[in-house]
Amino acid sequence: MSTQYKPAIHFQHVDYRIGDIEILNDITGSFPQGRITTLVGPSGAGKSTLLKLCNGLISPANGEIFIKDKAIGEYDPVELRRMVGMALQSAPMISGTVYENLNLPLELQGQQLSKEEALELLEDVGLKSDLLERKVKELSGGQRQKVSIARTLVNKPEILLMDEITSSLDRASKLEVEELISKINRKYNTTIIWITHNLQQALEIGDYTWVMMDGQVVETGESSLLEDPHNSRVNEFVKGVVS
Amino acid sequence: MSYWALSLTLIFVLIPLVLSKTLNLGLGRDMTVATVRSIIQLLAVGYVLKFVFDSESLIYILLMVALMIVAATHNAQKKGAAIQGITWKIAITLIFVEVLTQGILIGFNITPATAQYIIPISGMVIGNSMVLSILFLNRFTAEVEDHQDQTELILALGGTPKQAIHRQLINSIKASMIPTIESQKTVGLVQLPGMMSGQIIAGADPIQAVQFQLLIMFLLLTTAAVTSVFLGYLSYPTLFNKRMQLLKG
Repeated sequence: MSTQYKPAIHFQHVDYRIGDIEILNDITGSFPQGRITTLVGPSGAGKSTLLKLCNGLISPANGEIFIKDKAIGEYDPVELRRMVGMALQSAPMISGTVYENLNLPLELQGQQLSKEEALELLEDVGLKSDLLERKVKELSGGQRQKVSIARTLVNKPEILLMDEITSSLDRASKLEVEELISKINRKYNTTIIWITHNLQQALEIGDYTWVMMDGQVVETGESSLLEDPHNSRVNEFVKGVVS
Repeated sequence: MSYWALSLTLIFVLIPLVLSKTLNLGLGRDMTVATVRSIIQLLAVGYVLKFVFDSESLIYILLMVALMIVAATHNAQKKGAAIQGITWKIAITLIFVEVLTQGILIGFNITPATAQYIIPISGMVIGNSMVLSILFLNRFTAEVEDHQDQTELILALGGTPKQAIHRQLINSIKASMIPTIESQKTVGLVQLPGMMSGQIIAGADPIQAVQFQLLIMFLLLTTAAVTSVFLGYLSYPTLFNKRMQLLKG
């Protein structure tokens, strides 16, 4: 991993297990501040678990995680999760309208999102303004995913974690979201950590890549490593042998 | 009722036993055990009550109430095994409900502070509180499991555990209170409550029986509301740790 950028998140010998099952094993490495890092690897490699560790939804069994050089345990969990935003593949929604979902992060802080801000967010993620009062149960999978991304942006996170957010989108929507995330990254210097199964996407939008397998990081570096991996298992994975 | 008439009531046990045998329901053993247990338990409680009423001792009244709370707690705690320390939470809830309701009844001089009133009313309050606890815990554990993604969503957006579990908690409180509210809506139309029927059969004035039944129904409404709210607010914090993470059973 390049050392020319300050780390936004640093993992130091991190293990995570559920009961006796080891999910992550001795993870060490950094996600550079202000850059886009993609996490790739076969299903069950521990990528989603790693994201949940980054915003404190779970804690490591061993090792230490530092967010902006401060141990994660020293952060107030609420403050940490507002600083490290997360958008999930399943795009869970609360029942109600699109506006109620967009307003949720501020409602949790006793504030309210103005209609103008909500419309601006919809525009940012490529959704039409007439969706604002639409019930979320009437949205398509792609629309839900975009609302989920917009909702994550309400807290203006410094670090954005995204778990396969484009997997349910059509090609046009996928490109719109990729462009949006790149724009956020450039405009606000937001650190992006993005899980994707799409290696082409990792190559195109990621500055750096972590390849994970069986709970371990097996190769890291600039995203171009996916074109010519050093590790034989990564090579097999890239060629589609391991899925 | 004569002993002969009492023994004839076993016909009402014989009918389901015959049905079970004929239709191969496999409930014969359970029904026999239930019948024998109810005879022994009720006869025993009858003699105990006679002893307590005759003694007029506050210690015995408190012991009876404590016994009811222990038995009710033991029965209800099985449904909340996933919640840490549920036995104590149920026990504290039952004690709170009992103290609150008896405090109001005796404090406002609604009923006299004698064993004849305290014990039967406590039995109804604690019994209903136990059923409410079971209904609440059943629904709450299902809600938490079914809506885990929403709980984690709110935590991930910077919400507190209380905010993250709020909807599930409110849904569970409402769901556990519905049977009490619904049964009150139809009382007198669809069914005559057991206590009122018992008093009327024993020769009491129906109007007085109705007055006592109203007292009990209002009491049970408070019991339902206080039990589910109190138990809910005692239970939800144990689903999270100090780092505001959802603990998975």
